[in-house]
Amino acid sequence: MSEIAAADQPPVPASMPAPAQAKRRNGVIERTLADISHTMGHTLFSEDIARQPGLLQSLDPRVKVISMLALLIAVGLSRNLAVIAGLYGVTLALAWRSAIPVGFFIKRVWLFLPFFTGVIALPALFITPGPTLLLLPFGLVITRTGAMSALFLLLRVSTSVSMAALLTFSTPWNDVLKALGVLRMPEAVILIFGMTYRYIYLLLNTANDMFLSRKSRVVGRLTGADQRRMIGATAGVLLGKSLHLSSEVYLAMQSRGFRGHARAPSVASFNMRRRDWGAFVVVAIVTVSAIWLGQ
Amino acid sequence: MLNSPAHMHIPDGYLSPVTSLILFLLVLPFWYLGARRLSKRMNARNVPLIALMAAFSFIVMMFNVPLPGGTTGHAVAGALVAIILGPGVATIAISIALVIQAIFFGDGGILQIGANCFNMAVVLPYVAYGIYRLISINTPATSVRRVIGAAVGGWAGLSVAALAAAVEFGIQPLLWHTADGAPLYAPYPLSVAIPAMVIPHMLIASVIEGVIAAAVVLYLQRANVPMLELTQKPTAAVSATAPGRLRWLWIGLIALIIATPLGLLAPGTAWGEWGAGELANMGLGAVPQGMAALQGLWGAPLADYDIPALGNASLGYALSAVAGVALIVVLAFLFSRLLTGKRAQPAQRAQPADQE
Repeated sequence: MSEIAAADQPPVPASMPAPAQAKRRNGVIERTLADISHTMGHTLFSEDIARQPGLLQSLDPRVKVISMLALLIAVGLSRNLAVIAGLYGVTLALAWRSAIPVGFFIKRVWLFLPFFTGVIALPALFITPGPTLLLLPFGLVITRTGAMSALFLLLRVSTSVSMAALLTFSTPWNDVLKALGVLRMPEAVILIFGMTYRYIYLLLNTANDMFLSRKSRVVGRLTGADQRRMIGATAGVLLGKSLHLSSEVYLAMQSRGFRGHARAPSVASFNMRRRDWGAFVVVAIVTVSAIWLGQ
Repeated sequence: MLNSPAHMHIPDGYLSPVTSLILFLLVLPFWYLGARRLSKRMNARNVPLIALMAAFSFIVMMFNVPLPGGTTGHAVAGALVAIILGPGVATIAISIALVIQAIFFGDGGILQIGANCFNMAVVLPYVAYGIYRLISINTPATSVRRVIGAAVGGWAGLSVAALAAAVEFGIQPLLWHTADGAPLYAPYPLSVAIPAMVIPHMLIASVIEGVIAAAVVLYLQRANVPMLELTQKPTAAVSATAPGRLRWLWIGLIALIIATPLGLLAPGTAWGEWGAGELANMGLGAVPQGMAALQGLWGAPLADYDIPALGNASLGYALSAVAGVALIVVLAFLFSRLLTGKRAQPAQRAQPADQE
């Protein structure tokens, strides 16, 4: 499982801000280009893992979608820290059995947390009223309730993020989409999601080309006002291109017999084997007991 | 995780599953409305249109927008899409982009899809579009008021969306905590959550939202004017009559409902609405006789704006506000029907994007 990390470039956690190099150049063009290639890289990387052999990869996507939702709800409802910590342990074990580099998996979640949740959880340590847990210099007091609530937030967020990541790392997007059919999503909606995803990559490429060509023509630094004009123009042109493309796509669909009847990719190719049912039962037991223990 | 605007994509763990469910249910009618507006005009054509607009929203969220002073950041682009295509289409397009971000990029929680769509795909586009139309009403597409409307609309839209998120965060510790008082989800009360969310947004993220909307409008005025007229009715002057004035009323009303939880912050009771007990506490020796006589005459169904069955004063307070407003709206509607006969329907405000 670590071959993936070694073979390609070391995986960049999706949570990292744009590379420092781009920041130093201080151009909106460079930064946007960095963000675009970052998004593409993230997708290639996760699709790559989704094609490795592994425990989660071998399960029916429908089981995975339902399981993830059930476990997310269990994490959300729990009033017991130990239960949430236990479920986090489960995600780590699953990552390990599913060819997802565990170190990367942990880092991805915990590197992202300080940017967002850590900042929020930190003051809660001090300002939540309650009995004193720890006295710090400068008269700061960490309260027991404050520590509890910060832990709840951190553990709940990291466990939920990990669970969602398990699904995307172990399942190609097309299979996730097809599996959404079990949630009784209308076929038209699933079709639109599929098309959106496909056109995101087309437009990513288009935007990438637009910014690259702009970058190649810009010498020196743009003023702030020029940068804003440039971003506005690029977004405006991209919007025009998207609208134009949508009518072309419609004509193309029509010429192939599309008459407004959406038919989503069928789930017929999925079949529930014994291990899928087994996994389903195990998850059901874990979820019910987690909700029960968490009260 | 695409360096999205700070704190606007709510991750799982910040809101209780009950809050998420309620917000999800609140978004449903807007999805229905958006889908209906689309299908009225374009039926089969809307499939690729929505897909492309959702993809566009996703990409624009990645653009770095520079602010005066050198900071850059990402826009949600809900205001931009609403201004060009109308808020109904914006709701659908931004929602799809948010769902893909949540499932595939871990940006925003999966259980919080309802909450995130409510803030960024409903509140943001509708507020932004309403203000844009208010400022630019009856102006030609090339008017400078369009640019100002886009800027102010984008700024106000995201600020109100941030307020909505802050209220969602702020009610968590009131409603859900452990036996010894440790908050289970977002830890801060409204008095902390609102300024902490709203002020930074007003200074940075909302400005970005306004800048990108205005910059695109400015560009389209020079390069592609018809795109600024996609939301206009092809026939007849837009809103020549009453709805124009009524709109103020609706916007004000909605703003007031959103601001309702602020009442929880205020100490004391409403001035002049004292009960006998409160008058006594204020040092009034004797309760006026007439008041004492009238005291038990009327028992309110939701006394002290509380619903005892819920066992929670704050939730009861908020629900009471919603129930009260709903009752008033229904009564007003029946009353106006009675007065004016069957017509007097406000004209459709936003038309679906009219392609080509």
